[in-house]
Amino acid sequence: MTAVLEVTNIKKNFGGISAVDGVSFDVREGEILGLIGPNGCGKSTLFNCILGQLTPSGGEVKLDGQVVTGLRPSELNKLGVSRTFQLLQVFPKLSVRENLILAGQEHQGSMASRLVGRSDAGLTGAANRMIGFFKLDHLADEPAGGLSYGQQKLLDAAMAFMGGPRLVLLDEPAGGVNPSMLADLKDRLVAINREKNATFVVIEHNMEFVMSLCSRVMVMAEGKVLAMGRPDEVRKNPAVIEAYLGH
Amino acid sequence: MSGFAKPLKIALGLAVVAALIIVPMNFNRYGLFILSQWAVMSIAAMGLNLTLGYAGQVSLAQGAFVGIGAYAAAIMTTHGWPLPAAVMVAIVLSFAVGWVLGYPALRVQHHYLAFVTLAFSTLAFLVFRNESWLTGGIYGISNIPRPHIFGLATNKPLPFYYVCLGSLAIVSVAVWWLIRSPWGRAFMALRENPLRAQSLGVDTRRYTLMAFAIGSALGGVAGALYAPLTQYIDPVPFNLSLSLDLLMMVIVGGAGFYFGPFLGAMIAVLLPEWLRFTEGYYLMLYAVAVMLLLIWSPTGILGILDRTMAARRTKAASALRAVAKSRLETVQ
Repeated sequence: MTAVLEVTNIKKNFGGISAVDGVSFDVREGEILGLIGPNGCGKSTLFNCILGQLTPSGGEVKLDGQVVTGLRPSELNKLGVSRTFQLLQVFPKLSVRENLILAGQEHQGSMASRLVGRSDAGLTGAANRMIGFFKLDHLADEPAGGLSYGQQKLLDAAMAFMGGPRLVLLDEPAGGVNPSMLADLKDRLVAINREKNATFVVIEHNMEFVMSLCSRVMVMAEGKVLAMGRPDEVRKNPAVIEAYLGH
Repeated sequence: MSGFAKPLKIALGLAVVAALIIVPMNFNRYGLFILSQWAVMSIAAMGLNLTLGYAGQVSLAQGAFVGIGAYAAAIMTTHGWPLPAAVMVAIVLSFAVGWVLGYPALRVQHHYLAFVTLAFSTLAFLVFRNESWLTGGIYGISNIPRPHIFGLATNKPLPFYYVCLGSLAIVSVAVWWLIRSPWGRAFMALRENPLRAQSLGVDTRRYTLMAFAIGSALGGVAGALYAPLTQYIDPVPFNLSLSLDLLMMVIVGGAGFYFGPFLGAMIAVLLPEWLRFTEGYYLMLYAVAVMLLLIWSPTGILGILDRTMAARRTKAASALRAVAKSRLETVQ
């Protein structure tokens, strides 16, 4: 299996505090990698460094062997890297369908062609399929801001998949989502992973979710990688139990 | 406006357009001047509505772009150039300057951005006033000719009103097209959540600059019509208070609503005229009316309509849900 994403010695300092302190790992094509660790250990900062939302203080990010460190988030997204956010990030006044069309439109043609072309950039069909896939049919024309928290979380995930990404970084997709909806979300993620061969990195605190979804799990503590391995290996690791899982 | 049936909307639109063409035919000179001014200010306000209402970028410089357009048109037409050429130059010039003014918006937002644009507004005013070799300084530029369109002279008030109305129609169609294109959606994404927009591939830098440039270009179009409308310009009408007036038109009409600028410009241009019978009190009454409106509906006049429609939709939806629920219960 080849590596889609290779992260080498990424560092991020905020003033005197080093939030991410020399993290290296790779993500193999088609896998679901879990990323766990105590609050404040640098998981989200690591995501932001990989995705260009923050400029790393040092280190290198490679996508398919090409160095992409320092690219803007929009440029990375066009290379097939997508994400969801820990805190809800939808467009509250746009309808669910409009949110999804927006999520895909920048992948269609050039900026000039989007000015003169169709209003929906030819994406109404794709948006409707995504709405059906995430069981949001009855909410398609509602403003996204009027949806419940869990529904917005589903929409957030659906938006991340609209551009047909190869690599998706999900930041706590299960947080605040009720058990039945969570089971749905997991099904959808597994389906997209298998059918589209999309690769995922998932930050999550819900251990059951992580352990059943991921093929490998990376544990971070205080800005460093503490452990990396299969879920059952990581779960038994004394250092992980000490730092994160608890006795 | 989604509460109206489509044919009804079209009929209403046609009626308004017909009224704008026919009713002013027997207006006097002053009435036509006011109505032409409404058309011109609507164009400038539509530009600001694009920048502020849709893309969420605060600008206190729209009046300066009206000035840039007005001076471009005044200088060119008094030197024998035809007005359409002057309009083109006004568009290109304000687009370019607006693009450059967009750069600060990539770093600062909200009231910080307001201050940057306010400084630009002052700078533009000083250029209009002090560079007298080009702008005529405080004496301004007089005897600005009105154009011949397809060989027809428009120096009488009614033909020139139709020039303004026709320009408003063209701009309205162009803005409508822009708003419903993917660009319009990207502008709204910029306003609602730039962070998320970036991660979905929206080039927020380019769209921000575009929002400023296109909005400013419409300010330039308005200016290029304002100069032949008044036939005399000096720096005073293009000072900061015009930018504030235009901002008020957008907010009062309803920022981010397509029809907001038309309504806002109507209130700003016509209401003072209607309140004239109150003599010395009209400005006070006007100010109080604006304050009351914004307390009642911070989203402007169209915000009220929008809320009413939303409430009606919610009512209808919950009625449907109640029916569906009772059916479910019967099945069980």
